[in-house]
Amino acid sequence: MFADIPWDIIVIQTVNGIVTGMILALVASGLTLIFGIMDVVNFAHGELFMLGAYIGVVVIVTSGSFWLALVLSTLTVALIGAALQVTTLRPLLGRDPLTTILATFGISLVLQNYALWHFGPVPRKIQEPITGQFELFYLVYPWYRVLIAALSAAIIGGLYLFLKYGTYGIWIRATTQDRVMAQAMGIPVPWVHTVVFAIGAGMAAASGVLFGPLIGINHAMGLDWVLKAFIVVVVGGMGNLGGSIAASILVSLLEAYAVILVGYIYVGGQPLSPALAVVVPFIVLIVTLLFRPTGLFVPTPK
Amino acid sequence: MTSPPTTPEPLVVVEDLHTFYGKSHILHGVSLSVGRGEVVGLLGRNGVGKSTTLKTIMGLVTSSQGTVLFEGKPVTGMPAHKIARLGIAYVPEDRRIFKLLTVMENLRTGLDRSGIAEARKQELLGKVFEYFPVLAERRSQAGGTLSGGEQQMLAIARAMMLEPKIILLDEPTEGLMPRMVSQIKEIVAVLHREGVAILLVEQNVPLTLEASQRVYIMEKGAVRHHAATSELRVNDAVIHQYLGV
Repeated sequence: MFADIPWDIIVIQTVNGIVTGMILALVASGLTLIFGIMDVVNFAHGELFMLGAYIGVVVIVTSGSFWLALVLSTLTVALIGAALQVTTLRPLLGRDPLTTILATFGISLVLQNYALWHFGPVPRKIQEPITGQFELFYLVYPWYRVLIAALSAAIIGGLYLFLKYGTYGIWIRATTQDRVMAQAMGIPVPWVHTVVFAIGAGMAAASGVLFGPLIGINHAMGLDWVLKAFIVVVVGGMGNLGGSIAASILVSLLEAYAVILVGYIYVGGQPLSPALAVVVPFIVLIVTLLFRPTGLFVPTPK
Repeated sequence: MTSPPTTPEPLVVVEDLHTFYGKSHILHGVSLSVGRGEVVGLLGRNGVGKSTTLKTIMGLVTSSQGTVLFEGKPVTGMPAHKIARLGIAYVPEDRRIFKLLTVMENLRTGLDRSGIAEARKQELLGKVFEYFPVLAERRSQAGGTLSGGEQQMLAIARAMMLEPKIILLDEPTEGLMPRMVSQIKEIVAVLHREGVAILLVEQNVPLTLEASQRVYIMEKGAVRHHAATSELRVNDAVIHQYLGV
C-alpha cells in the first residue's frame, strides 16, 4: 500500500528530517554532556533554550543583527548557566540524584515564569537572517533551514574537536570517565563541571536563536524540545555524545517519514492525520527501553 | 615496639587520622611519616585500612579527625586536585586509568597544567617512554586495551607526569606476572634514586622489604609496628605475628 508514495516527497521529508535532527542534536549534545560528566539530568535545559531565544529577540530588536544576537545570547546564557551550576548544583554534588532533578526542575519553573512575567504570553518572532529560497520539486525551500543544519553541524563539530584535542577537552573526558581519579591527577573537577554546564547552556541558547525563526518564541517553548532531547539522549545512550547525535537524526527522520506514511493508513475509510507522527519518538523510546535499555549506540558497556 | 628508626626530614606527616565510611570506623588514629626521598612500606592484612590511609592523605576520603601535613603545612580538608598540584601523586590499587582515553591522553591529564614549559613536558614524556618503551609503542591506543601490567605502568607513568615529591603506590604488583613485578620493582628503585618519596602499600612482603627503608605494619585501622627494614630482614617475627606469613 506504500508503493505509490512519490519519491520527491521522500526527498523533501529526508531534508526536513535532517534539518530538525541537527537542531535537536544541538540541544541534546549539551544535555548528554552534562549528564555524562556529573550525572545531572538537567530539567532546566529547555528553559535555557527558551532564554536563549528571548535574549536573541532582545538583541535583534536593539541591534538589528541576527548574528550578534546568536553570539551574545550564547555567551550570556553560558554565563547564566555557570552561575546556576555554582549556586545550585555544585553544593549538591555527591548527593542523591533526586536532589539535582528537583533543583533543575525548580530552576526551569523559575525561568519559565520569569519569561512569562517579563515578556508576556504573546509569542515573539525572530526574523531569519537570510530569506533566499530554492526550488525543491514543487516546494520553495528556504535556504535558512539548510543554514541551520550546517551551523548546528559546525557547532557540534567544533565541540567534538575541542573535546578530542584540547587540554580542557581531555580534562572533560577524563572527568566523565572517572571523577575521583581525575581529581587525583590535579584536574579541578568542580570547575570542569561548571564549564561543561556553561557549554551545554550556551549550546541550548544557540539552538534557541537558530530555531527561533521557525517557531514562535514563548515561555513554554522549551518543553517540547527538551522532551524530544531527553528521548534522543536516552535512545542514544545516556552520556554518549555521538549516540545522541545519531539518535537525533534517526528519530527526526523516522518522524518525518511517518508524516507521509500515516497518510496511507486508512481507518474506517479515512486516512490517519499526519499529526499522529508526533508519537514516533515515543515509540522509538519505548522500543529502545524494552530491548536495549543502555541505548542504541552503546557499543560495549564501560 | 622497638626503638623507632631515624627518619630524614619529614615530607608527609600523618597524625592520629580517623576515617569513617558511612558508620563504619575504618581508621582508628593512624600516625605515620614519610621523609623526603624515602621509600616507606605499609604492610598489613586485607581490610586493615592501608588503602583508606592513602585515600585520606590524597583528600579523596575525608577524615573526621587528625591531620595530614605536607612539607609542614596542613592539607587536611583540601580538595584532592589541590593536593595533587602540591606534589602528591596517587596510583590506586585498581589502576583506574582512563580507559577510553589513549595512552598519550592519559599522560596529558597530568602533564597539561599551568606553569610547565613545553621543553619540560617533552623531557618528562621522554623519561617515561624510556622507562616504559611499551607505552611509547602504544601511545595512540586506548588505555582500556592495554594488558594489566601495561595499565599498571601507565598508572605509574601518569603519576610521574605530575612531577610529584611523593607517590602513594597502592599494591602495584597485585595480579601481575613475575616479569612485570620485577619491572615495577625496578621503577620504584629508579624513582627512589631520583629523590621521589614513595609510600608503598603491598601484600608482597619480600618486595616491600627490599624496596623500602622503613615499614609500618597496620592492624585494625591503626599502626601497630614501626621498624627499619634492615631490622625486619634479620628478625621477621613481627611479620609472622601481624601478617601470618
